[in-house]
Amino acid sequence: MSWLTSWGDYFPQLLDGLKVSLLLTGGALVVGLPLGLLLALGVQAKRRVLRFPALLVVEVGRGAPALVILQFAYFGLPAAGLVLSAYAAATAALVWGVAAYTSEIFRAGLNAVPAGELEAADALGMTRRDRLRFVVMPQGLRIALPALIGIAILIFQSTALAYSIAVRELLSQAYSIGSSNFDYLSVLTLAGLMYAAVSIPATWLTIGLERRITARS
Amino acid sequence: MDVLRALVSGVPLTLGVTACAFVLGAVLAVPVLLMLRSRVLGVRVLARVAVDLVRGIPPVVWLFILYFGVTFGGWQFSAFNAAVVGLGIISAAYLTEIYRGALRGIHVGQWEAGQALGLSGMTMFRSIIGPQAWRIALPTVATYAISLLKDSSIASVIGVTDVMFNATAETRQGENGLVVLGIAAAVYIVLSVPLAVVSRMLDARMRAAVAR
Repeated sequence: MSWLTSWGDYFPQLLDGLKVSLLLTGGALVVGLPLGLLLALGVQAKRRVLRFPALLVVEVGRGAPALVILQFAYFGLPAAGLVLSAYAAATAALVWGVAAYTSEIFRAGLNAVPAGELEAADALGMTRRDRLRFVVMPQGLRIALPALIGIAILIFQSTALAYSIAVRELLSQAYSIGSSNFDYLSVLTLAGLMYAAVSIPATWLTIGLERRITARS
Repeated sequence: MDVLRALVSGVPLTLGVTACAFVLGAVLAVPVLLMLRSRVLGVRVLARVAVDLVRGIPPVVWLFILYFGVTFGGWQFSAFNAAVVGLGIISAAYLTEIYRGALRGIHVGQWEAGQALGLSGMTMFRSIIGPQAWRIALPTVATYAISLLKDSSIASVIGVTDVMFNATAETRQGENGLVVLGIAAAVYIVLSVPLAVVSRMLDARMRAAVAR
């Protein structure tokens, strides 16, 4: 019972942290998703000037650990004259992650549109831009949706790493309570359950969407 | 060059955490998979809840719970053990799903043929289902191992002196963060290249040897 009463005391402060975690996730998605789509187009571009930088951004973003990218944004960029607040650095690092991971998903989704659809668009005399906008995008994005939500969950979980650069998100709130009263196990467990309470329903959502999409095709 | 040497000196611990956690996860995933496929509803539900809960909580939170939270009398986990057990449990949850997907990928006819021949469950698994499931699972398992290698960097926040830990330490001592963390990223990418090559090679070769 003692856990439940102390959880009642901890909950408001942890909720503040959860809000920061969710805001970080939201910000990273809003900026990162359009960038991911651009990178997907860039990686497939015919011109090398577009293709190589896009490939570099994607491969480093996916190949390096999230923690390295986070520390890079906070401790590395100042060496290049760009000083970011902890919150801005965390957002920048997460944006990079979102853009790199989703570019691959966008690419797979856009390529999954049947060739017949493209031929039909050409037969109707559509320009390449119209074909992309009215035929490829609507279908490709629908195919990509479940995987995109999967990435959103991954990004939400990696906001916990922002603890290491002192962003006041959920884990850092829990840790600061723990280090003041040494009730680590109880407060960290509550924090863990709060992360799970967001990620698990989101996982169910992706499973449901996947089933609906496979049922349609 | 000193920076490079400092980072490379963390490689054995990075690989150590990754390898130990991977082995722990790969072994632990087997009983969990059996529980997920159990005939008893209660066992199935228990395993499902456990897998979802493990995957629903971020890895760094698991490491914190084990390292700071778990104490028996005066005993507590060392940083290395907390990292291995935490990442091992998480790997078990993910690998369970990968194994399960592989079993699903085997044609129903293979099970039916085994039954028609009157093979016992154990024999059927060992000589028909197992070898094929292994081939389907291996490339995905290799991909998972790469992401585990990257996640092992999280062990640095509880004080395991791996590549990431040394990178952070060098940066805090006033080395150019751009350079240090750039090298750290390169070290992790280079470490994952052999796994990526193996995974790509296996993918093509292994899939050819599964009945459809």
